[in-house]
Amino acid sequence: MTTALSKGAIAGIGELKPVRRTEGVTTLELIAEVSRRAVADAGMEPAQIDGLLVGPQVGETPQHVPATVAEYLGLKPTMANVVDLGGASGAGMVWRAAAAIEAGMCDTVLCVLANTRDDIPPRSPNRNPIREFDVPFGASGANISYALLMQAHMAAHGTTARDFAAIAAWARANAQANPDAIFYGKPATIDEVLASPIVASPLHLYEIVMPVAGGEAVIVTSARRTRGSKHPPVHLLGAGEKVTHRAVSQAPSLTSGPLRDAMARAMRQSSTEASQMNLLSFYDCYTIMVAATIEDAGLCGPGDFGRWIRDHDLGPGGDFPLNTHGGQLGFGQPDLAGGMTHVVEAVRQLRGEAGARQISDARLALVTGNGATMSEATALVLGAD
Amino acid sequence: MDLDLLKTPGPTITALTAPFWEAAAEGRLVVQQCQACDRAVFYPRPICPHCWSDRLVWKEASGRGRLKSFSIVHKPGHPGWLPVTPYCVGLVELEEGVTMLSFILDGATGETVVGDTVQLTPTRIGERILPAFRIAKP
Repeated sequence: MTTALSKGAIAGIGELKPVRRTEGVTTLELIAEVSRRAVADAGMEPAQIDGLLVGPQVGETPQHVPATVAEYLGLKPTMANVVDLGGASGAGMVWRAAAAIEAGMCDTVLCVLANTRDDIPPRSPNRNPIREFDVPFGASGANISYALLMQAHMAAHGTTARDFAAIAAWARANAQANPDAIFYGKPATIDEVLASPIVASPLHLYEIVMPVAGGEAVIVTSARRTRGSKHPPVHLLGAGEKVTHRAVSQAPSLTSGPLRDAMARAMRQSSTEASQMNLLSFYDCYTIMVAATIEDAGLCGPGDFGRWIRDHDLGPGGDFPLNTHGGQLGFGQPDLAGGMTHVVEAVRQLRGEAGARQISDARLALVTGNGATMSEATALVLGAD
Repeated sequence: MDLDLLKTPGPTITALTAPFWEAAAEGRLVVQQCQACDRAVFYPRPICPHCWSDRLVWKEASGRGRLKSFSIVHKPGHPGWLPVTPYCVGLVELEEGVTMLSFILDGATGETVVGDTVQLTPTRIGERILPAFRIAKP
């Protein structure tokens, strides 16, 4: 990939091994640790960081998050912002960082997300339409919203529970090649997924991510600045984004989401097609999200994801490797940082540094982020150097 | 447990949305109607999300709708609902063209299917009468 096509380069990555619980640590401490790892991985000095993108921090720092993080890390960025797109925040940071560099606002951006997980998770009192018009009727939380999407897909296309369960089984299978994954050593067959309890019909427990604490960070800079760096840079070749709604009742469609347009834009910008991708790094909070993304990417027709998965091998040695780190269904979901795991894994694969799960000759990856109920969508096409 | 004994969170009512909840308390369902583009609006807003006109008036809804999707909840997101699990919530597309999430009174029977016709059935849930729905089988 020539740097002429590069809209920006990912020069460093950092990741914390997910854990089920934390005690007595703060989000800022985890941000510091994972940022240090990313800067070290990039072979840079902290003083080179002049851009900062962070996420919201419910229960800890409700406002002034960039200034709080900058001060904590001793940074004085010339571009700083919060990216608040739920699970799309990680991917959303990457193109914003590149755009800020292109606009001349800064040269090197730290994009960082981390979360603690105490016994009592922080809750913020909401006053918004979803709180007023969904919660009083018995629909709190994402499980029910995604169950509604699954049921609609089944009704529209005759999708079976087995079709969805296959996605969870693949995630668990791929996690067996990632010792850091929360489900490492714990594969699950399709039958085991189907035997797990129904949380909200038709959604089974094993089709839902395990909440964990963790952190992810990437360093974005211009391709020019990565010359001579110790790892090969990974280039941003295209990006797309779309936000359509918040509450599931307001979704324009229950079976197709804004990732359809976001991925189309990212692939148009990079002159690529989904079938060319060496890695599909698809946001997977629930099995239905992967199903809808496979269809929205154009890999198969609407309603056909079940057959598509049966026809393909989604492992690192297969014809369509999908979420080789195990996805969040296998790795665990460190809150907002969960979306960034899909970026970090794509960087590892495109560098050729994914170890036992390395895809041979990985050149192109399609990365997606998804927030709320198939509402907030960001897609990236990343390419090897 | 009966629904009226539940300790579930009620709505966070504002001056703008009060007419919706006042009607609900009387067992009626009202939605906004835009006088500029003639489309129904749900949930209540100060301007129409379709044309941004502020000429919105309250209109009595027919109370009939179609189930776009549903879920039978075994593990609720709020502990106040635990005494009535499993229960059914659904996305109801009203005849007026807007979709609202609601409680489906007899939806957890195992016979519910997407596309079922539903009928407004005001029901006391916790401390309030809410615009719940019932499956209207032919």
